[in-house]
Formats: sequence, structure tokens, C-alpha cells
Amino acid sequence: MAENVTPRVRVPKEAAAGEVITIKTLISHPMESGQRKDKEGNLIPRSIINRFTCAFNGETVIDVAMEPAISTNPYFEFQAKVPQSGTFTFTWIDDDGSTYEDSKDIAVA
Amino acid sequence: TVMLGARMALAKSAEEMIAAFTGGAQITGEGLTLTAPEIAENGNTVPVEVDAPGAEAIMILATGNPNPDVGVFHFGPLAGAQMASTRIRLAGTQEVVAIARMSDGSFARAAQEVKVTIGGCGG
Repeated sequence: MAENVTPRVRVPKEAAAGEVITIKTLISHPMESGQRKDKEGNLIPRSIINRFTCAFNGETVIDVAMEPAISTNPYFEFQAKVPQSGTFTFTWIDDDGSTYEDSKDIAVA
Repeated sequence: TVMLGARMALAKSAEEMIAAFTGGAQITGEGLTLTAPEIAENGNTVPVEVDAPGAEAIMILATGNPNPDVGVFHFGPLAGAQMASTRIRLAGTQEVVAIARMSDGSFARAAQEVKVTIGGCGG
């Protein structure tokens, strides 16, 4: 199981109604591909985050199926529409069944 | 080497992955932009961006990796644009390919050759 997995998310604190904003996410994770070998020549087992989702007030913004070719510490940048004040929720799902979550509130003036 | 051979046999080709994604449909549409560097010094972390206004989903493939699949972005109703950036691993110099499924059911393709100085899939 991956250790010290820490999600980091950047979302503006405020937006105008209907505005499109940019979101950046980064999560510390080795994304062990399952293709590398250790010093003894044994295959290191695959251990990756295989899915990332972002939703706003429960409605999907983006849903990403991830393979081992996504780099260590997966980074995503994408855009979201903000219809009203609410909460963005971010979920990363690990091969081992763990989920890592973060959330950010945004206010519409 | 027996193990390696078995794994290679199991790995699907990029063509098979594209066929699975499109259901065998012709890829005729335009409107997908794939942005990747022409030269990547480090194949462990290569920035790529896909942008396809009106897309439902965009698949990225690294055609020269042992396993070509990289990921699929699905865009929901609150996507502000059908675009995304990430960082990917490339085992060596190769063509990166993206396929977009548009909301009208058509498909678009874009590709970019990336020269890799240090590969990103070794031990």
C-alpha cells in the first residue's frame, strides 16, 4: 500500500455565476508501474491510483481512468463551470481499494 | 525472458485499444488538439494536454510503451471545457496519440511524435 499519500488541490475561492475556472490537482503517490525490477531482478508489483474524479455539488466535472503510464505524483489540470456556490469534491481511487479525498468550497457573489 | 514474453503477449496493441474505444467506427472528425513537447529530456514525466470542444471522452495512448494505454478523460456536465493536462511516462521516442469521442458520436484523432532522451519505463 502506498504511504504518505497527500492530495493537493488549487481552486479559486470565488467566482461569478456560470464562470469557468481552472483547477489543478496533485497527489503524492509512487504510481509503481508493475514493470520495474528490484536489485534482485524481481518484478516490483503494480500499485497505482487507477481513477480520479472531480464533482461539484455531486455533479461530475471530470472522471479519469488512469493507467501505469501516468507519472509519479499524478497531476491534472482541467476546467469547471461554477453555476452557484458550492463544494468541489476530489476522489482518487487506489489499486488497493483505498480512496483519498479532498474538497474545496467556492462562493458565487 | 519467458515471463517477459508472456506479458508482451497479454499487452493489447494501440490499434486494439483504439478499436475498443471507437467500437470500430471510422475516425473522421477534426477538432482534437494534442499538445506535447517535440523533445522530452525525461521520459518519466512528459507534459501532455488534450483539448476537444464538444468531446464526451478523450483517450491518450503512448504507442511505443510496453502497455500503450495511458488514460481516458470523461467529461461531465460541469466540465468548463473538454480539455485536460497531465504528465505521462514514455519508454522512449514514440508517437503519442489521442482519440476523442464527440457528443454527436463521431471520433477525432491527433498525434505528436515525442523524442525522449531518457526513457521512463525502466528500472
